[in-house]
Amino acid sequence: MSAVAKLDSMLPQPHEVRQVTRETPDTFTLTLQPPKGVDGNAFLPGQFSMLWVFGVGELPISISGDPAVPDRLIYTVRSVGQATHALVSQKAGGGVGVRGPFGTGWPIDAARGRDVIVVAGGIGLAPLRPVIYHVLRNRNQYGRLIVLYGARSPRDLLYRKELANWARQQDTQVLTTVDYGGIAWHGHVGVVTTLFKYARLQPARSVAMICGPEIMMRFVTRELETHGLKRADIYLSMERNMKCAVGFCGHCQYGPHFICKDGPVFPYESIRPLLEKYEL
Amino acid sequence: METLERIISQHQFFSGLDPSYVGLLVSCASNQRFKAGSYIFKEGSEANEFYLVRSGKVALELFAPQRTPIVVETLSEGEILGWSWLLPPYFWKFHAHAVQDTAAIALDGKCLRTKCEENHDLGYELLKRFARIVAVRLEATRFQLLDVYSAK
Repeated sequence: MSAVAKLDSMLPQPHEVRQVTRETPDTFTLTLQPPKGVDGNAFLPGQFSMLWVFGVGELPISISGDPAVPDRLIYTVRSVGQATHALVSQKAGGGVGVRGPFGTGWPIDAARGRDVIVVAGGIGLAPLRPVIYHVLRNRNQYGRLIVLYGARSPRDLLYRKELANWARQQDTQVLTTVDYGGIAWHGHVGVVTTLFKYARLQPARSVAMICGPEIMMRFVTRELETHGLKRADIYLSMERNMKCAVGFCGHCQYGPHFICKDGPVFPYESIRPLLEKYEL
Repeated sequence: METLERIISQHQFFSGLDPSYVGLLVSCASNQRFKAGSYIFKEGSEANEFYLVRSGKVALELFAPQRTPIVVETLSEGEILGWSWLLPPYFWKFHAHAVQDTAAIALDGKCLRTKCEENHDLGYELLKRFARIVAVRLEATRFQLLDVYSAK
């Protein structure tokens, strides 16, 4: 990598906030646009950016938009602390610094010609949405698309209109569940693993991509293996405290890996022993 | 129209069961329908049957005073509803609420308890199947209790 490229990857590029949409009571989707005359950086589904809220701090956020439209960078952010609160409080016309995209993407090439199983928990649907866009945009290159999505409660479900729209697409099965439902909710209730019994899986010809809390991913990998998926066909997106995003600072070290550089998407086989380590 | 014998013998829950037991099960079975909004059973009432859900959706509700009921699980086509009939004191632990029009096969638990006492092989076969369901749901409940999506 040249010195200029290294410098660029550390230098936030100012972007304009075009839109902020409330998804759930604490989760918002921001649409950012590069300055006029500057092309957006192409990204792979699963990659992330470092978003700089001027005067507050920098955050690693997965890109949740369509990779075919790189000049509209879309991020879904849960407001859980000072920096994320400042980010989601941005107004249209405001400015945010963007570095990236960084990290590895979902295995869209390895999945070509096969069924794609997407399993998401909570805000974990955001980093997987670009895969769904990509598969639907390139429909003839992939087999069936199966989306299994679990959230805490009905009001915590992301992208509800899109979920309904995806479910209407050909060769696509979308199953949604919540951990706890109220009496007004007539959908499925139960943890995300309870959806597998309704999914029409063909394990021998499928690739699975999982994103959510680490415990949830452990439960899901077990369930996928029970259903006959090979470990080599399972991929996870990991999360740690990413700071520099280029593997220098070591904040996101995970065993022998740096999540920012070697991940966030990993083949399950490569990190399976680490998932069981309490200290990590 | 499918006969009870055919449905029960082909149901995944009874997969591998000696065919001679199917007749015993059928003699304790009946078709039932529940309108959306109706309750199949209520917490605290006697548990004298279990159900093979054939279509529709059933919510298991937990009631707490001065709170709206919480749905802890839903069951749909192909799933088994209820195991309180199997264990003393034979009372339901949840409300079962049909959230859609629901068709089910009810199996008379009192009748089956007697048959299981008379025929321990049948009892063991049924217990193995229910133990598996209980284990799967226990694991799911533990996962649910972790509340993994909360903001911590």
